[in-house]
Amino acid sequence: MDTRIDFYPTHEHQGYKLRPGRPVPFGATLVPGGVNFAICSRYATSCTLVLFEKGASTPLVEIPIPEVFRIGNAWCVVVFDLDYERIEYGYRMEGPWDPRAGHRFDASKILLDPYAKAIGGRDVWGQPPDWSDPYPHRARLIFEDFDWEDDRPLETPLADLVIYELHARSFTRHSSASVKHPGTYAGLMAKIPYLKELGVNCVELMPIFEFDEFENSRPNPVTGETMYNYWGYSTVGFFAPKAGYAATGPLGMQVDEFKNLVKELHRNGIEIILDVVFNHTAEGNEHGPTLSFRGIDNQTYYMLTPEGYYFNFSGCGNTLNCNNPVVRMMVLDCLRYWAAEYHIDGFRFDLAAILGRDPWGAPMPNPPLLESLAFDPILAKCKLIAEAWDAGGLYQVGSFPAYGRWAEWNGKYRDDIRRFLKGDEGMVPALAQRLQGSPDLYGWNRRGPTASINFITCHDGFTLYDLFAYNHKHNEANGEQNRDGGDDNHSWNCGVEGETDNPDVNALRQRMIKNALAILLMSHGVPMILMGDEVGRTQRGNNNTYCHDNDLNWFDWSLLERNADLFHFARQMIAFRKTHPLLRAREHLGMSTAQADFIWHGVHAWNADWSPGSRTLAFMLRERQAGQGGNTNPVLYMALNAYWDALPFHLPELPINYRWHLFANTALSSPHDIYEPGHEIPLEPYQDSFLVGGRAVVVLVGRP
Amino acid sequence: MAFSANLEMTGSEARITLEGELDAAVADQFRQTVERAAQEKPQKLVLFMDKLQFMASAGLRVLVFAKQRMGRDVAIYVIGATGPVLNTMQMSGFHQAVYLRESYP
Repeated sequence: MDTRIDFYPTHEHQGYKLRPGRPVPFGATLVPGGVNFAICSRYATSCTLVLFEKGASTPLVEIPIPEVFRIGNAWCVVVFDLDYERIEYGYRMEGPWDPRAGHRFDASKILLDPYAKAIGGRDVWGQPPDWSDPYPHRARLIFEDFDWEDDRPLETPLADLVIYELHARSFTRHSSASVKHPGTYAGLMAKIPYLKELGVNCVELMPIFEFDEFENSRPNPVTGETMYNYWGYSTVGFFAPKAGYAATGPLGMQVDEFKNLVKELHRNGIEIILDVVFNHTAEGNEHGPTLSFRGIDNQTYYMLTPEGYYFNFSGCGNTLNCNNPVVRMMVLDCLRYWAAEYHIDGFRFDLAAILGRDPWGAPMPNPPLLESLAFDPILAKCKLIAEAWDAGGLYQVGSFPAYGRWAEWNGKYRDDIRRFLKGDEGMVPALAQRLQGSPDLYGWNRRGPTASINFITCHDGFTLYDLFAYNHKHNEANGEQNRDGGDDNHSWNCGVEGETDNPDVNALRQRMIKNALAILLMSHGVPMILMGDEVGRTQRGNNNTYCHDNDLNWFDWSLLERNADLFHFARQMIAFRKTHPLLRAREHLGMSTAQADFIWHGVHAWNADWSPGSRTLAFMLRERQAGQGGNTNPVLYMALNAYWDALPFHLPELPINYRWHLFANTALSSPHDIYEPGHEIPLEPYQDSFLVGGRAVVVLVGRP
Repeated sequence: MAFSANLEMTGSEARITLEGELDAAVADQFRQTVERAAQEKPQKLVLFMDKLQFMASAGLRVLVFAKQRMGRDVAIYVIGATGPVLNTMQMSGFHQAVYLRESYP
């Protein structure tokens, strides 16, 4: 029995025993005998705690927080003897309704705590909500007693990561996934052996913070099927995992299920990065619902025009005011919470350029939020990855304020590799930069190749298969007359738009996919693979599948059998990358301290063709001491031929006693396209050239 | 059906037989039983669940508590869990922290 006097109530309201709360931590915290509730509002004139029985439509009780309990702008109260597992809580705030001044208080609304750690209301994915519910997204209390045993974030060096971007539901929702709990965290956990077999050591989950799949949901004008906010790039609660992604969501155990997923990933050597969306919220513009921030402190949380409307740098109606100190603190608290309480290994920030804008929208040279995140001691070992652009036209690839910590999704890598692969002229110099980890973008301030997250495809845009099956997007299924989605895809359909029985076209597509995978995994920087690209997943030419809960997004696991050779190729390429430290450079090799060199070749050894008409490049990666003084480390060579005919590439000479071995040749079909690392096929002892097929790449290993 | 949790010490084993529905209202009763068992410093905790019809997350919380309270050297056996009880443990991953058995000698 606790005997401390501060655990005893001092006040009472309708039979509920209260005492003044503690202002920090914000949110609801279990304390001996009760729950401490704390929430901030700069302009609220009163604050009422509203408690519900789980799922009830009318409140159990409304407890006005006594004015004397307010410290500064924080309203805080301890309520004793609550049945933690059975209640949900929200707030009513009174204050001015004066949109021109930025205030939109409305005491008729029950508001979600921005620090809510579990949120009910969308417990089962896709279950139509009760639209008359006065409190649609309900804060719940959680226990932080998860048994982590010896787990903690893995701290794998960034240079060693192979990232796999996936959607928590899409990954196992398809019936072919054959998991007990399809489309859930538990389903994903059941597929960890697959990830291990592929060889990736990091998964990047598309948003898993609580969101509302019914936000802007509507029937598809063509099929009548419901279209959802499927990807979830619209946050309702930043501290709560999406309940609808948990098999245990109906039991309110999404927190445990998600932590268990993290623990199992870690046990298998796989890190987990979360895609976090701090650029806007699910409340939309002035016509959107009041769920939380708008009714708590509109002027604090959102960037507002002088007339009190919402700036829309996100393209989603509003813009979170990230460089307001209160919001900044929330973002920092949130990420610290996920790192400490969920053992998350890193974060990818959606439309991160917004995070560097001041409250009036102007880009800042030294944005305090980005700096705080970079130097935060709790996040010190977390990967921080920026999508370094926003929908307001700020494009910062290569110039994102990095503080020596931030990496970037390298959009230029994606575009340049695509253009080289499809045979565009004039791409060879850019290709050389991308292969080296983009020193043109990241070398000037010594950020190194790991500043570059290399990707050719991601959730936005074509899948890798579609990149070589479609010249144009085919987004009719999105119900916007094919107007949505990007037009700058740099794709090539290999001769026929869409599916075809033509075996030559299909063979070429397979080869192009292999070329792309090979380049991605041979490049310096950090490779990221999109879910399913390793088995040729298609979205049937749709490059913006944000709204589809169907097989446009779901991973069809039967592809693993149908495209077994692609999977095999991807797996060996990943294994090759892991085998050779030369491919995982920590610094750009041009630096004087580097121990190895990138050496450029072309069809002529030692003589790359940089001219505008060139479509070929080759390179050799070699330790400076290789072949000397007992150093027998391998030399790597890659020839890239984006020309449509086969070309002989003259091979550079190797150190004495070394011999070239063939690791990969995408011109050949399986099983001759790739070999297990360490079991490459030796070339003839004096072979000094290699015929590289049209639109093919070759990887050789030189070793004794 | 009313919930009950009965503790029996057999040598170095603590055996708890659970019956009925384990929800938030009775979870504390279970927790206290686990606490009593822990005080006996058993080498093994055996939970008989074949007569348990339902376990809410509050029940699982107590299992988490038991695991941490007993320490990692104490093996926890869960005997005869079926249907929704087994499901709850599997979805949350707790089944990996214990030994699941259909019967116990």
